[in-house]
Amino acid sequence: MTNMQTGASAPIAAMDEHGHFHAHGEAAHGDHGHSHSHDEHHTHDHDRHHHDHDHDGRPHGQSNHHVEIEKRILAKNDAAAAKCRAWFAGREIVALNLVSSPGAGKTTLLERSIADLAMELSLFVIEGDQATSNDGARIRAAGAPVVQLNTGTGCHLDAEMIVQALAELRPTAGSVVFIENVGNLVCPALFDLGERAKAVIYSTAEGEDKPLKYPHMFRAAGIVILNKIDLLPHLDFSMERARENIRLVNPDAEIVEVSARTGAGTQVLYEWIRAQLASAKQSAPILA
Amino acid sequence: MHELSIVCNIVELVAEVAAGRMVRRVTVEIGKLSGVEPEAIAFCFPEVARGTPVEDATLDIREVDAEARCEICGADFPTPDMLSACPCGSRQFQRLRGEELNIKSIELEEAM
Repeated sequence: MTNMQTGASAPIAAMDEHGHFHAHGEAAHGDHGHSHSHDEHHTHDHDRHHHDHDHDGRPHGQSNHHVEIEKRILAKNDAAAAKCRAWFAGREIVALNLVSSPGAGKTTLLERSIADLAMELSLFVIEGDQATSNDGARIRAAGAPVVQLNTGTGCHLDAEMIVQALAELRPTAGSVVFIENVGNLVCPALFDLGERAKAVIYSTAEGEDKPLKYPHMFRAAGIVILNKIDLLPHLDFSMERARENIRLVNPDAEIVEVSARTGAGTQVLYEWIRAQLASAKQSAPILA
Repeated sequence: MHELSIVCNIVELVAEVAAGRMVRRVTVEIGKLSGVEPEAIAFCFPEVARGTPVEDATLDIREVDAEARCEICGADFPTPDMLSACPCGSRQFQRLRGEELNIKSIELEEAM
């Protein structure tokens, strides 16, 4: 992790080092939340039945000890994401998780947004890439405070990285934090970063069927930003079909059309961001 | 490949609960629309488990079929893929199951 303002570098703390802190309570009682419906109890009963009578052919004295866990595999990430989300909410910060294929224009769109909005809004950026701080340097040159995260072989950012990046970045109250995820339309879909919304950046050069090929990511999107509309005259890209395909997997997503290069359409995007800020202000928790 | 992270999370969580005891079996539940490939999970598991108390455990993966409840007609219907719509034509629905990514249970070797 590199703070592009100070140049200070630190390794992203190994996640398993935290493990021991939550040895007992959490593992047993964690999040038996809302998502566990009655039908899972059937599975339970079935489980117990099955295991009580199945000792893998061992004599009785050596039977295994069965422990119900019932925990989300990503519980740890979810807990870190919840922490980030609460932190953002209390400070009326809007965090947006920007995801796309490599080359769809995330960094260019950020550069454009920083140039256009820096006088009006406080903008902060967390840059995620497998390697290099090239994008971090671009964002810094554009004028926003930025922390660069390098995931090495990792294909996505996770919430614990965001916790660490926020401690370094220190975004101010009422600001917008753009989290530029690793360019990848598969893996980041699963990892909640505590963001207000996932913004999928989808360039016209990628074809109209992208939402159908990567439905999980498009399904998770709060907003789909169709980028590179300046290329439309040179492409056989039907905006209508692209919109239909987005609607098929996600009827509720906001859809905006922009060109990060020319600036066309970006005002609509900025309006959406302002609306998110207004809503974050309205819904911020107030301690009585 | 996010399955590798998923498997790391499984092994880490199970090792915490096992608290030093050897684990014989790990049962996980993976919804068919969770975005995670069971085969990739099974492929990574032995490598990630090596050298941990989970290394001799059998990984039991239970896939969960996806179902949704239509917000228009109220019917429950199967959603074999992300593009499935209700037989009534509606795409407004609540997913009931099929996105699970859970550790259900483990079996620990009894201390003798």
